[in-house]
Amino acid sequence: MMRLIAPIVIPTLLGIVALLIRGATRRRERRLLLSIGAMVHFILIASFHLFPIAETPWALLSLDPLGLIVLSISSLLFLLVSLYAWGYFHHERAPTHGGVSRVFTPCMLFFLATMTLTAVTNHLGILWMAIEGTTLASAPLIYYHRHEKALEATWKYLLICSVGIALALLGLFFVAAANGGDGSDLTVTSLMAHGGALDPRWLRIGFILVLVGFGTKMGLAPMHGWLPDAHSEAPSPVSVLLSGALLNCAFLGILRFHQVCLAAHLGPFTTRLFIVFGLISLFVAAAFIVHQRDYKRMLAYSSIEHMGILALGVGIGSGFGSLLHAINHSIAKALLFLTAGQILVAYKSKTSSEIHGLLRTVPFTGGLLTIGTLAVLGVPPFAPFMSELIICKDGLLHGYGIPVALYLLALGMVFVGMSRIVLGMIHGAPHPLPQGGERPSWPMLLAPGLLAIPLLFLGIYLPAPLRALLTSGGHLIGGAP
Amino acid sequence: MDWLLVGIILSAFFLLGLSRLTICIRVVAIQGALLSLLPILAKGSLAEVPLVLMTLGTFAIKAVAMPFLLFRSLREAAIRREVEPIISLHLSLLAGGGIAILAFSSLKALPKAIPPFSPIAVPVALTVVLIGFLLLISRRKAVTQVIGFLVLENGVFLFGMSLVAGFPLIVEMGILLDLLVGIFVMGIMMYHIHRTFDHIDIQPHSSDSVGAPAALPLHESERVTR
Repeated sequence: MMRLIAPIVIPTLLGIVALLIRGATRRRERRLLLSIGAMVHFILIASFHLFPIAETPWALLSLDPLGLIVLSISSLLFLLVSLYAWGYFHHERAPTHGGVSRVFTPCMLFFLATMTLTAVTNHLGILWMAIEGTTLASAPLIYYHRHEKALEATWKYLLICSVGIALALLGLFFVAAANGGDGSDLTVTSLMAHGGALDPRWLRIGFILVLVGFGTKMGLAPMHGWLPDAHSEAPSPVSVLLSGALLNCAFLGILRFHQVCLAAHLGPFTTRLFIVFGLISLFVAAAFIVHQRDYKRMLAYSSIEHMGILALGVGIGSGFGSLLHAINHSIAKALLFLTAGQILVAYKSKTSSEIHGLLRTVPFTGGLLTIGTLAVLGVPPFAPFMSELIICKDGLLHGYGIPVALYLLALGMVFVGMSRIVLGMIHGAPHPLPQGGERPSWPMLLAPGLLAIPLLFLGIYLPAPLRALLTSGGHLIGGAP
Repeated sequence: MDWLLVGIILSAFFLLGLSRLTICIRVVAIQGALLSLLPILAKGSLAEVPLVLMTLGTFAIKAVAMPFLLFRSLREAAIRREVEPIISLHLSLLAGGGIAILAFSSLKALPKAIPPFSPIAVPVALTVVLIGFLLLISRRKAVTQVIGFLVLENGVFLFGMSLVAGFPLIVEMGILLDLLVGIFVMGIMMYHIHRTFDHIDIQPHSSDSVGAPAALPLHESERVTR
C-alpha cells in the first residue's frame, strides 16, 4: 500500500514545489524538478517489476497486471519526455508574460500523479476522480502556445471531456444501482465477486454510459471531436503523453467496467459494443487521414485508428493482442510525436506539403520518421505488426470473419493515406531550413532514438516476463469464447 | 421534500427561458442549493456526521463557490450580459417540456429510487440531465456552455443521491473537488478566450475537423522558442 502511494504523492509534492518557484527566469530549476520527478517515478515503477507487490484486491489501491502495464508505459514515456524537454525548450529566450508557461512543470507532474492514480486504484469512484483529474491537469498544457487555435483546442478538450466524464459518473451510479443501490463498496474486486447478483438491466445502461463517457476521453469515434485539435495544438512533448499515456488510461477505465460486466455474464453484450465502436473509429480515422495537410493532425487521426484497434481487439476476444498493441502503439506514437517536434523546430511549419527531403536535410529526423511511420502502419519487422497480426488471428479463431475483414480493409486505407503523406515529406527535392529553423539538439534525438530500440526488438522477440504479464492481463479482460 | 424536486426541475426550465446571464448564474446557484439540501431533508435528521459534512460541502461548492467563480470571470472578461441562443428561447422551452414528458413517461424503464427519496426523483434527475445537454448544444457563449455543464452535473448528482446510498465520503468529496477545479480552470480559459477573441463566442472558430488548419504564420502559431 505504501509503495503504491509513493508514485502518486512524490510527483504531486514536486509539482507543488514547482508551483512555488516564482519568476520567469528560473525555468531551469523547474525543468530539473520535472526530470527528478520522472526519474523517481520510473525507478519506483521499475521496482514494482523487480520486486512485485502482493495484490491487495480489497483495498482502495491495488496493482493488477492491467494497471501495471498502463503504469509502466506512462512512466517510461514521461521519463523520455522529460529528457526531450531539455532540448525542446532549450531555445526559450523570451518568457511568456502571464502564467501559463509557468504552470507547465507543475501541470506535467500533476498529470503524472493522476495517471498513476488511474492505474493503481481498484475503486471505481476513485478511478473516475483520477480520470477527471487527468483532464484538468492536462488542459493548461495544451494551451502552452497561447494562440487562438490552441485556445480553441483547449476549450473543446475541457468541455467535451468534462461532459463525457460526467456521463461516465452517471454510468458509475447505474452500476451502483445494479448493485442494489449500495455504494459503500464499489471496488472492482467486490463487484466481480457478486457479479451474478448484479441487476443486468442497470449494468447494461451503466456500461453504455461509461463506454460513451470514457470513450470520449479515449478518442473513440464518434466522440473523438476534441482529439485532433488537442493533439496537434499541444507542444510535442505533451502530445506524446496525451496520445501514448492518457488514451491508455481512459481505455483502462473502460476495461475496469468491462471486467465487472464479464463477471456478471454480460460478456456478449459488452464485446459487441467494443466491436462496433472499434470499427467506427477505424473507418472514421481512415476516412479523415487521407487528406490531412497537417502532419500532427495526421498522427492524431492515427491515434484514433489505433484506439479503434484496441477496442476491436477486446471485442473479438484478443485481450493479449490488445494489451500488446497498447504498448506498441504508445511506443510508436511517442516516437512519431517526438520526431514531429523535431520537424517543427527545424521547419517551423506543421504543413506536410511544405516539407520535402527530410532524409537529406535532417537525416536522423528523417530516419526516425520513416521508422515510426512504418511501425505505426504495421509493417513487418516492427512491433505493431505482431500485435495487429495476433488480433487478426484471434478474431478469425473466434469466428469473427466480417469484423476482421473490415479491420483489414481499414488498415489498408490508413496505410495508403498515411504513407502517401509521409513519403512526400521524407523524399523529394530537399527544402533548405527556413529562417530561424534549427537542427534538433542531442536530447531531442536521443529520446525517440531510445524508443526505436524496443519498437524493433518487441517485433522480433517478446521477452518471457512481458509475455507472462500480458497473458495474465489478457485473462482479466478476455473471457470471450 | 417533493417541493425541492419541483424547485430543481423548475429552475432548469427557468434557465431554458432566461436571457440574462447574471440571472442564469443565480438560478444555477439556487438549483445547487436545493440539491444540497435534498439528502438532509429526505433523511430528516442531522445525526449523521458524513451526511452533514456532505451537505455543507455541496452547498459551499455548488451554491457559493461556483457562482462566485462564474461571476468573477464574467466581470473580469467584461462579457456582454445576454445569452445568445442558437434556437429561440421559446423553442428551447418547448423542447424542455418534451424532455420532461419523455423522462416521466419512461419512469418504468428507470431504476427505483432508494427509500427515503421520492420515486419521482429519478425522472426529475433525467429531465435535468437532458435539459443540461440542451443548454450545452443550444447556446453560443462559453459561459452559457459552462452553465449547461453545471446543470448536467446537477442532474447527475441527483441521480447519484437517489440511486446510491453509502458512497464513501472521500470519494464524494473528491468528485466535488474535481468539479470545483474544473470550473476554476474553465473560468481561466474563459478569460483567455475573451482576451484573444474579444468576445466569448466560440461559434466562428469551431472549425470542422476535415479541413486541417494549414500553414499558420509562424510568429504567432508555433513559437517553440518561448
